[in-house]
This record gives sequence, C-alpha cells and structure tokens, in this order.
Amino acid sequence: MKAFTRLQGLLAPMDRANVDTDLIIPKQFLKSIKRSGFGPNLFDELRYLDEGYPGQDNSQRPINPEFALNQERYQGAQILLARKNFGCGSSREHAPWALDDFGIRCVIAPSFADIFFNNCFKNGLLPVVLPEDVVDSLFQQMYDKEGYSIVVDLEAQKVISPDGSEYGFEVDSFRRHCLLNGLDDIGLTLQHSEDIKKFEQQRRASSPWLFQDL
Amino acid sequence: MSAKTLYDKLWDSHFVKERDDGSALIYIDRHVIHEVTSPQAFEGLRLAGRDLWRVNSVIATPDHNVPTTSAERSAGVAGIKDDVARIQVQTLDDNCADFGVREFKINDQRQGIVHVIGPESGACLPGMTIVCGDSHTSTNGALGALAHGIGTSEVEHVFASQCLVAKKMKNMLVKVDGELGPGVSPKDVVLAIIGKIGTAGGTGYAIEFGGQVFRDMSMEGRMTVCNMAIEGGARVGMVAVDQTTLDYVKGRPYAPTGEQWEMAEAQWRDLHSDADAHFDAVIEIDGASIEPQVSWGTSPEMVLPVSATVPNPSNENDPVKKEGIERALEYMGLNADQAITDIQLDRVFIGSCTNSRIEDMRAAAAVVKGRKKADNVKEAIVVPGSGLVKAQAEEEGLDKIFIEAGLEWREPGCSMCLAMNADKLGAGEHCASTSNRNFEGRQGYGGRTHLVGPEMAAAAAIAGHFIDVRELMQH
Ligand code: SF4
Repeated sequence: MKAFTRLQGLLAPMDRANVDTDLIIPKQFLKSIKRSGFGPNLFDELRYLDEGYPGQDNSQRPINPEFALNQERYQGAQILLARKNFGCGSSREHAPWALDDFGIRCVIAPSFADIFFNNCFKNGLLPVVLPEDVVDSLFQQMYDKEGYSIVVDLEAQKVISPDGSEYGFEVDSFRRHCLLNGLDDIGLTLQHSEDIKKFEQQRRASSPWLFQDL
Repeated sequence: MSAKTLYDKLWDSHFVKERDDGSALIYIDRHVIHEVTSPQAFEGLRLAGRDLWRVNSVIATPDHNVPTTSAERSAGVAGIKDDVARIQVQTLDDNCADFGVREFKINDQRQGIVHVIGPESGACLPGMTIVCGDSHTSTNGALGALAHGIGTSEVEHVFASQCLVAKKMKNMLVKVDGELGPGVSPKDVVLAIIGKIGTAGGTGYAIEFGGQVFRDMSMEGRMTVCNMAIEGGARVGMVAVDQTTLDYVKGRPYAPTGEQWEMAEAQWRDLHSDADAHFDAVIEIDGASIEPQVSWGTSPEMVLPVSATVPNPSNENDPVKKEGIERALEYMGLNADQAITDIQLDRVFIGSCTNSRIEDMRAAAAVVKGRKKADNVKEAIVVPGSGLVKAQAEEEGLDKIFIEAGLEWREPGCSMCLAMNADKLGAGEHCASTSNRNFEGRQGYGGRTHLVGPEMAAAAAIAGHFIDVRELMQH
C-alpha cells in the first residue's frame, strides 16, 4: 500500500450530501476481474451524459460540462472536498479503488459512512473529518480562487490552507501508523518477514518434500 | 508435554508467531487457486509491486465456470461462449504465466475441480496447511492436513507472505463407530452427521472424524465427508493418518519418493490425536443406524432417511423452526408428511467436489448398469471431477454404462454444483444432486436441489423419483 504522510494538492468539489458508493462507481462496473481501471468510470452518471457500460471507449462519450471534475480548473485534483455522509450504501471496495485510480488520495468531509471509511484506510486513502463550518469555508475559498491547493499533513494531523490557517483532525493511532508507513494487512505481516523466513528454513530442513517444484 | 489432538499438532507445527492483537501467523504449505477468486488478488500484488512469496507453493486450475460439453470444450479457452467465464479462465492463464505458477489448464488431462486435483496429484499431502479461495478446501483434511477456505483478500495475503492471520479454533470429535450397512455411502454418513449437529453445530470448531466407520472408509470416502464439514459449520474437517492414507499418497506424481518418503512417512505416522487428548465437544453416532439420506429442504441440515416422510410444521413447537419448515416446504414445492420416495425428479446431477472421484463414478455406474433412465427425468449428467478421473472411468468402460442407461457423460468441472456455466436447473425443477449445497437458487433460479450420495442419485435417475437404492441392489 502507498504510504500517506504529507500531501500538497489541488482541491476539487463533490458538492452534495449522502454520496453513495453506487454514485461513486455504478454496479455495472463491478463485474471486472481487476481492482484497477475504475478511474474513468468514477462518478460515471455525473460525468457523462449517456449510460455507461463496461468495456466502452470512454473518450468517445459525451461529457457533462457542468460536472466539476470535468472542468479545466480541477484537473489533477488529489483532494476531494465533500459533504455529509460521504460513501454511504453498499460495501463495495471498488469505491476507494475508483477514487484512487482517478488520482484522489484524500477526501475531506464533515462525516463518512462507516464501511467506506474503513475501506479507505485499507487502500491508502485518507478520509479526513472536519467540522461542517470548516468544510463550508473551504468550499467557499476553493470556489473563489482557481488553483486552490491545500496541505494535508497526517503526521501533524492538520489541514493547512494557503492563508496559513490550520485545522486539526482526529485519526485512530493504529490506522495512522499503518498509513504513514504504507502498511496494509499484508504490509503488517511482512514486517515479520525475518520470522517467516526463519520458520521456512527450519521447515525446509525437516520436511524438504514440501518445497519441491510443481 | 500434554496430549494433543490432530488439530493441535497441525496448528503447532505451522505456528510462526503470535501477533500483538493475540492472533497468530500460520505458515501455509500449499495454496490452490482457481479462476474466480484469484484475479483481484493477483491484481493487488501488481498494484503494490509485490511478488509471490514462494511460487512453488501455488497450484492452479480453472474449474468453476468451465463448460462441460465436449463441443464447447474442444476449442479450449477460446471456445467458452460466456464472456465473463472466458475472460476469467483466460485471466487465470495469463496470471499464472506472468507469475510462473504451475497451472493445469482447461484441456490438460490433469485439470479438474480444485479439491479433486490436489490430493490426486499429490500436490496436497498429509501434515500440510492447505488453503484455497473456496470453502470446500476442507476436503483435503482427509489426508490428515489442516485445510480450509479463505477469501480473496486472504488469497493475496498468502500470495505475498506465505502466511495467514488466524485464531485457533476449538476441537470437536465426531465419532462414528460400528459398521455401515450395505448401500450406505460416505455421503450418507456426512449428511446424517449434519442432520444431527445442524448447519451451525460445528461453528468455531475444527472437526476430527474418528471411529471405526472412518477407519474402515476409503480415502475418497473420507474426502466426501471432510468436504462437507463446512455444511456443518466447521471450516476444518479432518481424519487421522493411517495405513490407508499412506497407501493412497504413495506414488502420486508430487508425493515424495525414496529417502524423502521415509522421512515423510515417519512424520505422518504421528498425525493422529493422542489417546488422552482433550476435545471441547464430542458427538457420537452409531454407524449401523445410518440409512441412505435425502435432503428435502433448503439447508443441508434439512435431511432425512429415504424411508422417512417430509416434516409437518404443525408438529414443531419452536416458532422459528416451524416457520423455517414452512418456508422450505413452499420453496421446494412439497407437502407436509409426503413420503420422500414420492418426490418426482426432473434432473439428476452426479458430480462436484463432494462426489466426482472414481469411486463415486463406479458406485453410480454399478446402480445404472443394464437399466434405463426414467422418462420423466429430462436430463441426468455425470461430470467427473478431473480429466484423470474421466480417463480412468473410460478405461473401465463406465462412460458406456452411463450412456447406455441414458445418462450424459461430460467434461470435468464444477458444473451444476453452482451453475456458473450452462448446466443449471429451471425454476421449480427437482434435482437429485450429489453436490453439497441445497440453498435456494444454488443450482439455478428457483431450482430445487435434493442432496444425496452417488448411488442414491443413480437410483433416482432410474426410478424417476427417490427410491431406497438397497431395493435395486437386491435384484
Ligand atoms: S464443485 Fe461446487 S462446491 Fe466444489 S469447488 Fe466447485 S463450486 Fe465449489
């Protein structure tokens, strides 16, 4: 998993409450055998004017010019600014996969749905909860100034806006540790690599037939 | 040192270390993979820039959605008509090629259902920890191995670290003593056990099957029993190693030979529970009392002897159970108190990782030999568990016996067990099936599955309704 320490990035708006995971990535895209490649269909129903289906050439589809992520000024955004209860609905891990594949590393919102919140941490994405009035003011500043970029500092647990204002946020210490070091479950286990190797060597010595090539 | 169960021994010998949260890292010797639960795990490895920890621990074969008709099979992967299935099988091929994993491909004679090819090839051996992204991995427990199913994220975890994060289970002994009557198969034994302990009876336990009945049982029979441990709620089912185990393993393509065989045999001989080992739960059943079984409902615990009548909900006092019976009767289209032998059948399926090995083929063939399928049975298919089982059966002429009796002889795969390919039930159709799950819709939308052993399925194909196979055996 990618580590998350300190990110300076462009902010983009997802300006509505209760964005569910079906809106983030519609169900017809879940048949895939992959967990990458969902980026072009992130927010599919909002981004395009036609109905999406898997395997399409998305570059040929009519774009919705009203949708923020399609606008020139938000291209390359890495931080998504959202409203209440972001990520509600089905538990699909495809939602963080799609955000990540699109290039989003952090979502800031006043609140998140539980499973989505958990799934973010498993996939190297940082969900940041800030008070509603702070989120309001960030929306305002972002709309006012093109190229509005902020700093999300996980080590210091702070969001820093261009005028130098700092907003502290809470994060579970174990999850923070894992994100800072890029440790998913597998990463955690691999911290014990030496123990595993030692065990394996003993086993190879006592039961060599287990290690023959197939 | 205190006395240990077989499970304790297997756990201890694979214990790498305890983690801070109290769970354990357990070393995995063998990882079997198939096309449905592996693609996202490979993808995860790629995204994280990781490699397989030990490539020679992994063996692959496509099984869940390969077609079983020779017409569709002849063109290999390209011939699979269903797009999703074809892409999954192709992806397994590609992933195995990329990572260097040994794969028995679609038309390789060694291809077959994951849980059949493991023991058959000797890739799965006594004393191993064995995992696969499929809940019936417990089949391998018949070898005296610690084997269970895992999810896709765990598949990736084992790929990358050769370990699984696990918590130790409790020990249960299911002891069946005495002798089975003629015509009573290992499938009947395990269905009777599930009928007794219920589908949640083994939850949280590793089950060891012990007692005279299992000592006398063949390895393939033990596999049938361990296969369905999960239907009794236990992720793990196993049988101690004895001479039968060693005789089965010896000479398999991947089994050790020469000096290494001697070493292995010495270790494997210790794979049994110590005489005074402690079990947290013990269930005892008299083997002589077990009759051929038929499931009548929508859960494997809804099972009865063939001589019984379907339950009547009005005899049930517990309101939850009563409602469960009512719902199952409605879904299954059965009447309370109806004799099991009155259930008419539309289809018969002989196959799946529960009952698709050579002994199952022989047992079914012996029943249909010289007889004809009943006209009301639209289709009766026999699907061997692997290309090698198929070849062996053909060498013995079993295919001809089936075909002459009006049954179809197919290519190996999971087939109608889960209906991911074209083999499925129509709505409302009753099927005598040797598979392991009779959940609503499992074998096709609205389909009605009755779980039975291969002899009973074969007898049902002949009679057109359920019949005690022992009646046919007398003539
Ligand atoms: S035969 Fe059925 S139960 Fe066995 S592995 Fe295949 S789908 Fe699963």
